[in-house]
Amino acid sequence: MTAQTTVQTVTLPDLGEGLTESDVVAWLVAVGDTVTLNQVVAEVETAKALVDLPSPYAGVVEALLVEPGTTVPVGGALLTIAVEDRSASAVEHGSPPSGAASDSAPSPSGPASDAAPSPSGAASAADAPTDDAPTVGEPAGAEPGAEVPAPERTSVLVGYGPLVEGSARPHRRPRAASWLAAHATTGNGHGVDRAVAVAEHPEAPATHPRPTPPVRKLAHDLGVNLDLVEGTGDDGRITRDDVLHALSSRRPGAPAPSSERPGAPTSPASRPSSTHRTTAAAAAPRSSASTTAGHAGDVRTPITGVRRQTAAAMVASAFTAPHASVHLTLDVTATTDLLADLRADRALAGHRLTFLTLVAKAVTLALGGHPALHARWDDAAQEIVQPAHVGLGIAAATPRGLLVPVVHDADLLRLPALADALTALTEAARAGTSTPADLAGGTFTITNIGVFGVDGGVPILVPGQSGILAVGQVRRQPWAHDDGVALRDVLTLTMSFDHRVVDGEQAARFLADVGAVLARPGAVLAMV
Amino acid sequence: MLRSDVSPDRALRPHEDQGTRPTTVPDGPDDAPPTDADDLVRLVSATGERLTDPVHDPWVQDVDDDALVALYEDMVVVRRFDIEAVALQRQGQLGLWPPLLGQEAAQVGSARALRRDDFVFSSYRENGVAYCRGADPTDLVRVWRGTALSGWDPWAIGMATPQIVVGAQSLHATGYAIGCRLDGADAVSVAYVGDGATSQGDVHEAMVFAASASAPVVFFCQNNQWAISEPVGLVARRPLADRAPGYGIPGVRVDGNDVLAVLAVTRAAVDRARRGEGPTFVEAVTYRMGPHTTSDDPTRYVDVDTPAQWAARDPLLRVERLLESRGALSEDRSGEIKEKAESFAHQVREGCLGLAVPDALSLFDHVLVTPSPVVERQRDEYAAYLAMYEEVER
Repeated sequence: MTAQTTVQTVTLPDLGEGLTESDVVAWLVAVGDTVTLNQVVAEVETAKALVDLPSPYAGVVEALLVEPGTTVPVGGALLTIAVEDRSASAVEHGSPPSGAASDSAPSPSGPASDAAPSPSGAASAADAPTDDAPTVGEPAGAEPGAEVPAPERTSVLVGYGPLVEGSARPHRRPRAASWLAAHATTGNGHGVDRAVAVAEHPEAPATHPRPTPPVRKLAHDLGVNLDLVEGTGDDGRITRDDVLHALSSRRPGAPAPSSERPGAPTSPASRPSSTHRTTAAAAAPRSSASTTAGHAGDVRTPITGVRRQTAAAMVASAFTAPHASVHLTLDVTATTDLLADLRADRALAGHRLTFLTLVAKAVTLALGGHPALHARWDDAAQEIVQPAHVGLGIAAATPRGLLVPVVHDADLLRLPALADALTALTEAARAGTSTPADLAGGTFTITNIGVFGVDGGVPILVPGQSGILAVGQVRRQPWAHDDGVALRDVLTLTMSFDHRVVDGEQAARFLADVGAVLARPGAVLAMV
Repeated sequence: MLRSDVSPDRALRPHEDQGTRPTTVPDGPDDAPPTDADDLVRLVSATGERLTDPVHDPWVQDVDDDALVALYEDMVVVRRFDIEAVALQRQGQLGLWPPLLGQEAAQVGSARALRRDDFVFSSYRENGVAYCRGADPTDLVRVWRGTALSGWDPWAIGMATPQIVVGAQSLHATGYAIGCRLDGADAVSVAYVGDGATSQGDVHEAMVFAASASAPVVFFCQNNQWAISEPVGLVARRPLADRAPGYGIPGVRVDGNDVLAVLAVTRAAVDRARRGEGPTFVEAVTYRMGPHTTSDDPTRYVDVDTPAQWAARDPLLRVERLLESRGALSEDRSGEIKEKAESFAHQVREGCLGLAVPDALSLFDHVLVTPSPVVERQRDEYAAYLAMYEEVER
């Protein structure tokens, strides 16, 4: 006699507090195995802990859907179990689940071997499903087989997990690596996220103390893999200088830490393993700069979508562009007045006009007179590329990090269309629906740091671009006006530029033109 | 099924000895398990022998075999549903769970020393206490599933909503106790704190106030050796109970894995409070066999041998051995207990899965006892905000 079964899919729950994914370390059951409720079916490693995963169903394993070692997102399917249609609601409970790390605790109630469902019992139950339906304390309408809506999850913080340290556990992913992996997808207007790749070294236990948080932050910001840095501090702790040294030794043209050149004569005394290394150096000339551990544990992740766009931009690292900057503080009361006028204009109703819209317009106008500010240094071709039209990048703070959506052909757009494009792109970026095309093709970027309540700051170029303008907050303050002092709307503009492409004079004139438009919007009449 | 306390012959006045018990001074961090040769109050050895203690025996002279079996049953049930809750968390049905594995005796022994009109102020790990106070299976998991801000009606079971802020409940307990005294009631309050909480300013303040007001409060500290991942030896050069005399409060160290000794010591402390003689600090020396919470991985900081050593001092095992040696636990009774534990765990599971997602606006229902225009305005604004999403979805 065959009992009716339903195939249930077991998905990965949030095993910690607000985790987004976990790694399946090992399966403890195989296809065809009979599992009881709460029987441990897999070992799963989260960012916080290695945990046993108990089965939420009693039944027969139909399929294991992922290979060990796979990273599964929360909610992702793990395995399927064929569940007899009423067996899950029976009083029997299978073996009591083992508490985490409780293996050594003796079980007071003894082995619950009697709880395994007997075939005859199951068959007779299927014949007469109502006979033994009343069970102890079972609430009406709460059949476990029924779909229970998952609760809206919010993080509950009762304490916290321990810091992720290097340990003897072989498959622990370094926290910095996963953090970077999660963030490497975001294009970054400020060039904060310069990490190109992070080698993973799961096999190499940490033998030195963890670097201090500021040093870890610095290494992260500079894209330096701490696993590859030799610490010179107390007990081999990695210091700020070590990180900076590691960075400078990686940059082209900077002196490498081991100064031997491939093929150059070397003293055997200073290089005990010279025979071996000469061969290696001849085969791979650049490897001599790498003085630290090997790359055996590297993890390869396919580059796709947004990540591909980001990577392409990052290849031309911001370090290759010598930055210089110019500043301008000016009275923009005329522009704020104009903005109020435009907003009151019924013809423009429905378009979201902001101060930033007018700055964007001013920038596209000024770029018309100074196209070099959005030209591009093509190092490979040894050419300077002048785009036909302006791809205006707007740095947007989003839940995913900093994204730079681009208004394509911004110089061709009239003010209402420009306003609409800005609104649509920034909303898409914040909603996480930006397409790769939205994020590519920028030729000049505006970063509106004023919304965070600061007056100014020196931005770092989006790799591949030659100019970036930081717009400070509009501050009502006393200002020289009409031979007196009046309360005026005052703004600071700060622009960084790639000095390979643009000279200081061009940059200054460009910024002055942007300022001129904002100080006297009427002057536009003279420019068009 | 709460048992009222039974005060033995008061002429013995056992509490008077408690404040001056000599204690050893460990050489820094020491999370090694106690031995039966140490100076903890102990009535049942790890091997299940009934030890004699003329000071504490009188407090449990009413505990016959049946009563001991009842305590054993409590511990079996508590262990079983606690493990079920861990499984529920691993299955995505609970957001988080703080396991109490290993601390069953400390929780059951102390909770069973209380009267119904006494009041418990606990941390988040005292689910065994909540069970003894009468929380129903579903009540135990509501908060951890995120469907309620409070799992049970505090007044119904004489136990406040578990305190998440570490140590804050010690102040609440002290205030409640002072209130009892001002009301002329002979009820007492119990503050359950962990070893980690004793480093908190709140606990210090509570003990200063309690001593000053001679409040009828018992500070029941489960020293489970770990403040999350920090061993107790890191913050306590001397036994935690030694701190109490500095406040003018007697301190007593008890084997927290000995349910009978915990019952005796807590009864003595509660009785002292009830008689208006002020607070007592009880340090129940036990061990957290599992993680701090389901988000924690103790294998990263716990020496692998330590839990095994503590397992030999398991609170259930020793009572089992004692009952066996007396022939006091029949096979039928043992089966009944196992059945009750399975049934309770099953009810926890079913209750958990049956919990409905609450209406978002119910968040405002119990903010204040009386209607308030401010809360009503906030609720209306939140309703309008939620309605915006509904419009977008349409």
